[in-house]
Amino acid sequence: MSYLYHIGRYFLLVVKVFERPEKPSVYYNLILAEIMKLGLGSLGIISIISAFMGAVITLQTASQVESAWIPEYTVGYTTRMSVVLEFAPTIIALILAGKVGSNIASELGTMRVTEQIDALEIMGINSAGYLILPKIAASLLIFPFLIIISMFLGIFAGYAVVAITEIIPLQQYVYGITYDFRPFHVMYALIKTLFFAATITSISAYHGYYAEGGALEVGASSTRAVVYSSIVILIINYIITQLLLI
Amino acid sequence: MIEVKNIVKAFGEKTVLDDISATFDRGKTNLIIGASGSGKTTLSKCIVGLHEPNSGEVDYDGRNFTQMNLNQRKEVRKEIGFLFQGSALFDSMTVEENIRFPLQMFTRKTSKEMLARVDDCLERVDMKGINKLYPSELSGGMKKRVGIARAISMSPKYLFCDEPNSGLDPITAILIDNLIDGITKDLDITTIVITHDMNSVMEIGQKIIFLHQGKLWWQGDKDEILKAENKEVVDFVYASEFMKAIKT
Repeated sequence: MSYLYHIGRYFLLVVKVFERPEKPSVYYNLILAEIMKLGLGSLGIISIISAFMGAVITLQTASQVESAWIPEYTVGYTTRMSVVLEFAPTIIALILAGKVGSNIASELGTMRVTEQIDALEIMGINSAGYLILPKIAASLLIFPFLIIISMFLGIFAGYAVVAITEIIPLQQYVYGITYDFRPFHVMYALIKTLFFAATITSISAYHGYYAEGGALEVGASSTRAVVYSSIVILIINYIITQLLLI
Repeated sequence: MIEVKNIVKAFGEKTVLDDISATFDRGKTNLIIGASGSGKTTLSKCIVGLHEPNSGEVDYDGRNFTQMNLNQRKEVRKEIGFLFQGSALFDSMTVEENIRFPLQMFTRKTSKEMLARVDDCLERVDMKGINKLYPSELSGGMKKRVGIARAISMSPKYLFCDEPNSGLDPITAILIDNLIDGITKDLDITTIVITHDMNSVMEIGQKIIFLHQGKLWWQGDKDEILKAENKEVVDFVYASEFMKAIKT
């Protein structure tokens, strides 16, 4: 019953978020600020993770390809497919659920327990719309760019590893990353990303917005935000993959 | 004038407000007093609509707030200023941005006009020149004053102050009390102050309602409360050694 209560309240919050804003012009600056904070603030960690992820996938694949029957370009092909289809959109979304999700939940949770959200409501402002809508809009706009950067860095890191270690000929890697390229795979990854972006921001915002108590509860709501966002990301990942790729 | 009629509010099985009816007059500083847990803050939140009462109604100058839809309530809320116990200033904004915020959201004033209004409000609370500071750089008393400045920026008809002098030294507490009282008279607005501080009662208590266990136990003014014979009121008023000394 508790789960049904939370699911119902979550959807009611989402409806409240999309109610007509008081002054649309104010939202433009808020969205830009959120893009800077949620998106560009995550660029560093995403770059590091993506580069090492691509490098490790390349090394692992190369170490597995020992048979003469398997062409060497498989290393590049596997790296590209792994990074584009799964690692960039899903793993990075899970990382963002941790970084961005906990940030949103703790920010809104602190605003709740220090009565800043009540202050907005008393002023006659739709607090859910004012606080959450810019975060959802910003994540929908910036997350796809982060994922594209992640894809590029992952594949490029593989290239760098091959160039440095000469584990396979470089031209075989380049052939592999271009072999049988289907633009739809990138589209599939970006569609997933949009769903993940909405999931991370809305679920984290829900847990922060309804935080109660003090610092301890804000911390707990932040943890719940990361856990539930991650679980929902994995479920959505399965459903979208089933619908779009099979 | 704000009128509450037969307000009942329960959280689950626990009834926090039990059939409260009271009138809060315009041009006066109305105090809601009582021990911790007596329902003071819950009553104020029911009046402004942050809590929905289980039954009863709230009238703002004859307008039935309880029956209003969301948009009608928003219009009334633009006439309300609220000073929260912890000031509730927006951490990410400077003092100037905090005070300008309601103006920016609800008026068509130019930047220059808004800045002039911010300066007026800061001057009214004796805080001129701190426009660019962030709430984290302010002391407790300064935060309260800025909170009041934000609350009056839209020239409200109704001002609510939840424990305005909690956590402040006695001198600053009296300054804040007198500031609220002065604003109430200057702007001729209806002010409701929630407090359990007897110093505030003696300083600005023009109309007082005393809550006990969620019930309206007593009402009167600051002279009458010193002569009250109700046991709970007497216990509350003369809880401190200082007040006991006054009595004797």
